[in-house]
Amino acid sequence: MSQTTLIHERTVQERIHDFKEVSYGYDHNDMIQEAKRCLQCTNPLCRRGCPVEVNIPEFIKYIAENNPYKAVAVIKKKNNFPAVCGRVCAQENQCEKFCILSKKNKSICIGNLERYVADITMNNSLNLINKNGQYAKIAIIGSGPAGLSCASDLLQVGHKVIIYESLHDAGGVLRYGVPEFRLPKKILDMEINNLKQFGLTIILNNLIGRTKTINNLFHEQYKAIFIGTGSGLPIFPGIEGENLKHIYCANEFLVRVNLMNAYDFPDKADTPVYVGKNVVIVGGGNTAMDSARTAIRLGAKNVKIIYRRTEHEMPSRRKEKVHAKEEGVEFITLTTPIRFISDDNGAVNGVECVKVESIYNKGEKSIKYIINSKHIIKTDMVVLALGLRPNCILPSLTKNLHIDQSGYIKIDHNYMTSINGVFAGGDIVGGSTVIEAMGMGKKAAQAIINFIKNTK
Amino acid sequence: MYKIFNKIILCDKIISYDIYAPDIAQIAQAGQFIIIRLKQYSERIPLTIAGINKKHGLIKIIFQIIGKSTMELASLSKGAYIKDILGPLGNPTNIIKHGTIVAIAGGIGVAEIIPVLKEFKKIGNTIISIVGVRNKSLIICETELRKVSHSILFTTNDGTYGHKGFVTDVLKETLAQNKIDMVYTVGPLLMMKAVSEITKKQNIPTLVSMNTIMLDGTGMCGSCRLTVDQSIKFVCTDGPEFNAHSINWDEVISRLKIFNNLEKIANDRFKFHKECKCHKQH
Repeated sequence: MSQTTLIHERTVQERIHDFKEVSYGYDHNDMIQEAKRCLQCTNPLCRRGCPVEVNIPEFIKYIAENNPYKAVAVIKKKNNFPAVCGRVCAQENQCEKFCILSKKNKSICIGNLERYVADITMNNSLNLINKNGQYAKIAIIGSGPAGLSCASDLLQVGHKVIIYESLHDAGGVLRYGVPEFRLPKKILDMEINNLKQFGLTIILNNLIGRTKTINNLFHEQYKAIFIGTGSGLPIFPGIEGENLKHIYCANEFLVRVNLMNAYDFPDKADTPVYVGKNVVIVGGGNTAMDSARTAIRLGAKNVKIIYRRTEHEMPSRRKEKVHAKEEGVEFITLTTPIRFISDDNGAVNGVECVKVESIYNKGEKSIKYIINSKHIIKTDMVVLALGLRPNCILPSLTKNLHIDQSGYIKIDHNYMTSINGVFAGGDIVGGSTVIEAMGMGKKAAQAIINFIKNTK
Repeated sequence: MYKIFNKIILCDKIISYDIYAPDIAQIAQAGQFIIIRLKQYSERIPLTIAGINKKHGLIKIIFQIIGKSTMELASLSKGAYIKDILGPLGNPTNIIKHGTIVAIAGGIGVAEIIPVLKEFKKIGNTIISIVGVRNKSLIICETELRKVSHSILFTTNDGTYGHKGFVTDVLKETLAQNKIDMVYTVGPLLMMKAVSEITKKQNIPTLVSMNTIMLDGTGMCGSCRLTVDQSIKFVCTDGPEFNAHSINWDEVISRLKIFNNLEKIANDRFKFHKECKCHKQH
């Protein structure tokens, strides 16, 4: 059986000095070669691994027949942003994990195929407006993956969609969180511009809850509202010294670089970013990898990732782990910080850590400190990537919008919140990945379409 | 795009803009702030709303020229445009009847405190204002402040206007002579810290409006964090006002200096490119 078709990547030496995309993606021959490996199973398991159930074998079949436009049309029935998902989805835990060939470690590279066909068809979007008299004004709060995906489906049935975004640029986490070297902003801009061509309006600098309330929106004749405000404030370890100078939350570090272009400071951009020589990142998700690799590109000499479980258990995409290691990031696993140490100026200069071991207690997994394992890792900059809580602003300022104990907005099986006509999806209701948010946005869009039909 | 409707140079390095932003003016309340971004690649700058004119859709901002971004902002003329304004942000001041309030302001805090005092006075509080600046030439908004105060005391470091010394001296005297129910203070961190130390000893409730480093201002990045009563709070979502006695002041003061070196680089470069080089030797 043939091997997986490798994707072309820039060399480590090339890529660690800039923010350009690491992977070149497939070329035409790669695409055909990889697509032809697909066994076209009669009972395809890959599809079950996809949170939005893209008809994977069908789109691969069209690729194998050299018909990328038909392939993209198949993907777009379920996923509006294949160029994004082809790049940021953790395929190895989703579609590719279930591919029958994965048993021989030769899964079809579904993500690479998705990305390639999306890229080459980018300027010829196949979304068709089907104006079937459903016209209604719908507000979407937040222009991240959930909001964009919801908007896209609502536009396709002819609704008028207005997105309210609090930042000065659209895209949510795809703009401020995912770095350029993983998702070029050009791709994101093209996806957003495609939607704008189909009539999407995006109002920037508008923090719903503060600038306008949900009530105001209903007074402005919106017939339904979708909340996709995503995650908010960072989680802190709750240990001594966590507010020392040069201890940053990953969100701050990444927002400075991605949204504010701090890598161009001071030549072009005015927002500064501090970069230490010996950087310690705490966490094991994609955000930790993104922070580590961003630090490398900004000139850090040594970058260490501290994670309390094993490398295998890190929630990051496999590819990001591989790339981070290639770029010189050191992984220190089964280790957790217990204290940050200050220099004379109140800046961090060390992280005291302990080694930990995983224990199972009544089936529940937890970690236990190993006695006498305290040690200090020297550092001059720490980035905390320990996850985020749901953004609290809108729920705290909206009467009758119910949240659960963790702050997530409560929704019913139709994605409707406790307020009639107000729907929600994505990280604000407890989603955790881009594709999950997009899936929820899509399902909420369907629920909104039905809601509008029924309230007429 | 937001038009600068009016520009006033209040004193050396302190500028006032009235900006046409009807949506924000309509709902802004005393104590809130906005984030502005002059143009593409500019910083996001948090600024307290120093005046609200609902009728004409205007909001007032007052800022001091301290770095590249404020230098550039100050270089705009009446009629120019600011690219992005987000707001109003933060929790409005809880306007309730306290009784007698001592309001202490320093620097541009003098302008920022006015909308809050206006509301406090409106519902029947007695306002004693104490203003502290380096010298007489730096006193701003005196007429407006007098309008919202029952009495007003000035201090200058050099004695050119009012009491010679610091606001803390005058505060101590005021506390000795009057029954004070609440202290409200806006200004430089060191001043607010000193005020807090005095009122803490006397157990007088004290509110401060904090101005930390901020990035998105929408409850996302954590850069504006501070320790209040041993737990982490965020100026953008929990503030900007806090109980002064619960704040870890030394930490706040230390954190404000995080980007000092980098900001200096930006300032020097900006000044270098701005200054006339016709007569310089190459």
